[in-house]
Amino acid sequence: MIELVRRRPLLTGFLALMLLFVMISSFPIVPETKQAVVVRFGKPVRILNQYKPNHLIGGPGAGLSWRIPFVENIQWIDKRVLDVDMERQQVLSTDQLRLEVDAFARYRITNPLRMYIRARTEDRVSEALRPILGSELRNELGKRPFAALLSPERQGVMENVRRGLDRVARQYGAEIIDVRIKKADLPDGTPLQSAYDRMRTARLQEARSIRAQGAKQAQIIRAEADAEAAKTYAASFGKDPGFYDFYRAMQSYQTTFIGDGAERPAPTTIILSPQNDYLKEFTGRAR
Amino acid sequence: MSILSGLGARAAGLFADNKGPWGPTGDDGHDSPSSDGDSGGPWGDPPKRGRRPVNAPSGSPVSFEDFLRRSKARFGSGGSGFSGGPDRSIFIWAGVALGLLWLLLTTVHRIAPEERGVVTRFGRYSHTLGPGIGLTLPVPIDKVRKIDVENIRAIDLGTTGEETLMLTGDQNIVDIAYSVRWNIRDPELYLFELAQPDETIRQVGESAMRAVVSGFSLNDTIGEGRGDIETRVQDVMQRVLNNYHAGVRIQGIAIKQADPPAAVNDAFKEVSAAQQEAQSYINQARAYALQLTAKAQGEATAFDKVYAQYRLSPDVTRRRMYYETMERVLSNVDKTIVEAPGVVPYLALPDIKKAPPREPAQ
Repeated sequence: MIELVRRRPLLTGFLALMLLFVMISSFPIVPETKQAVVVRFGKPVRILNQYKPNHLIGGPGAGLSWRIPFVENIQWIDKRVLDVDMERQQVLSTDQLRLEVDAFARYRITNPLRMYIRARTEDRVSEALRPILGSELRNELGKRPFAALLSPERQGVMENVRRGLDRVARQYGAEIIDVRIKKADLPDGTPLQSAYDRMRTARLQEARSIRAQGAKQAQIIRAEADAEAAKTYAASFGKDPGFYDFYRAMQSYQTTFIGDGAERPAPTTIILSPQNDYLKEFTGRAR
Repeated sequence: MSILSGLGARAAGLFADNKGPWGPTGDDGHDSPSSDGDSGGPWGDPPKRGRRPVNAPSGSPVSFEDFLRRSKARFGSGGSGFSGGPDRSIFIWAGVALGLLWLLLTTVHRIAPEERGVVTRFGRYSHTLGPGIGLTLPVPIDKVRKIDVENIRAIDLGTTGEETLMLTGDQNIVDIAYSVRWNIRDPELYLFELAQPDETIRQVGESAMRAVVSGFSLNDTIGEGRGDIETRVQDVMQRVLNNYHAGVRIQGIAIKQADPPAAVNDAFKEVSAAQQEAQSYINQARAYALQLTAKAQGEATAFDKVYAQYRLSPDVTRRRMYYETMERVLSNVDKTIVEAPGVVPYLALPDIKKAPPREPAQ
């Protein structure tokens, strides 16, 4: 052996490298994030690290594995949760209103063998699922009135979409975890503008009603104050109407002829008869 | 250099077994130094040092070997390259040192307080290292990925600059901008369960916000409902992400902006103007009411006081008040006393003429 090495170092180096390569390729490392289909001359023979629903990570599947070099080939398949993004779709509701919907689905390859046979790569699974996600969504949402489209989660619509998509995904060895609507918008143009118009008029109406309410309340407050004042006056003056009449007359004379301090009235001339009650003592006649 | 070469000599002695894998010794070394002629270390070269004639009559293996040796000398021991012995042993020591260093670096891991180290053994998840010093097997076997679990990351959804429109439950449109704060709860799940964790969180955030806002009216969304919306979005996101086994905790949602779209903003301003106006109506009415009731109370109280006095001796008080008032009135006006009847008085009217026309009644 040593002699050989000594004589043919290049050859032995090459052989050693080959050996190393064979060793490495016969003990592949399966990471947590991958599952693998081992293919022998095109025929799948084994599955490494297959996804199991209740066994998340740290399971026996990942880690060091083995294969026959040159004979068996390993096809790596993602084990993680993957994403299908749908392009924007216009959905027509039963009441003929349009909505632009943007959705995504999350899936996982649960049957790597079937997925390998049907689609080969994850990308192709996504490609296959994308249009189906769109059509499922359109079908399911198209059965509803517009108001229901705004919150499709509530009526279990999304669960229906998920189930429909899942039926297709199973053929590719995948399982749909979740379908969610990312955006639901009114299409640009007339629908959006009319929504704006509606909002605008609603606001103007609200503004008007707020003003009217304010005016109404103000009027009520004034009327209540008037009533309160009248009540106060009545309670006080009602005790002796005769005296009130006299008292108020005195006040009135004073205000009329002298003024209340703020402004003086115009000069006044009064013509009195000696018979006037005020002058009754003026004549000096006895009572 | 001399120390090195001395070391080298000793090391060379250690490996001096003449049977290195790289082959034949005994090719004539004319200038072989201290570590002498016939030792072929495991890496090494026979003592035939550099200055061999270039056109040595040897086969390709030999010249390959020659090449190896020269390059080693060039890289390894620098200046002393062609001077024999030391280069071989330096490689050995360097190799040992590198090996030790590598062992140290890949087996001892310092995990900072905010980090966790996820250990994979041949790709399989083994355990998670907590903060402190953690020991693992060296690198091809165990690999450690340090993940910051305390750092709270923020994703901004919708910017305050451009409009992000959402439909509310009453089919109105709101322009909303918010951020999602999250951190990693289970680093191993975060690493291994989602293909694009960050993108997933972003999409789930968008979706959850849309779903929650569609259950609120526009007024709630731009007004008091914000706090409620934030907690609900957080709940929805956490539930969905748990369903994905994302290993992520949603710390909170912050709605930075929730406004009506710019196209209808004027109408919304009109509403707040109307609110101000209504309030001012009410304030004016209140002021009037206060004034009026105060006046009424004052007058009533004054009357009550006088009346209380009047009750004590009605006739006298009445006469007194009458005279006092008449006194004040008549002392202030021009008076004419006429004995009637039969006398037609001459009425001097200049004063009346002087009076402003607006008060003819007086």
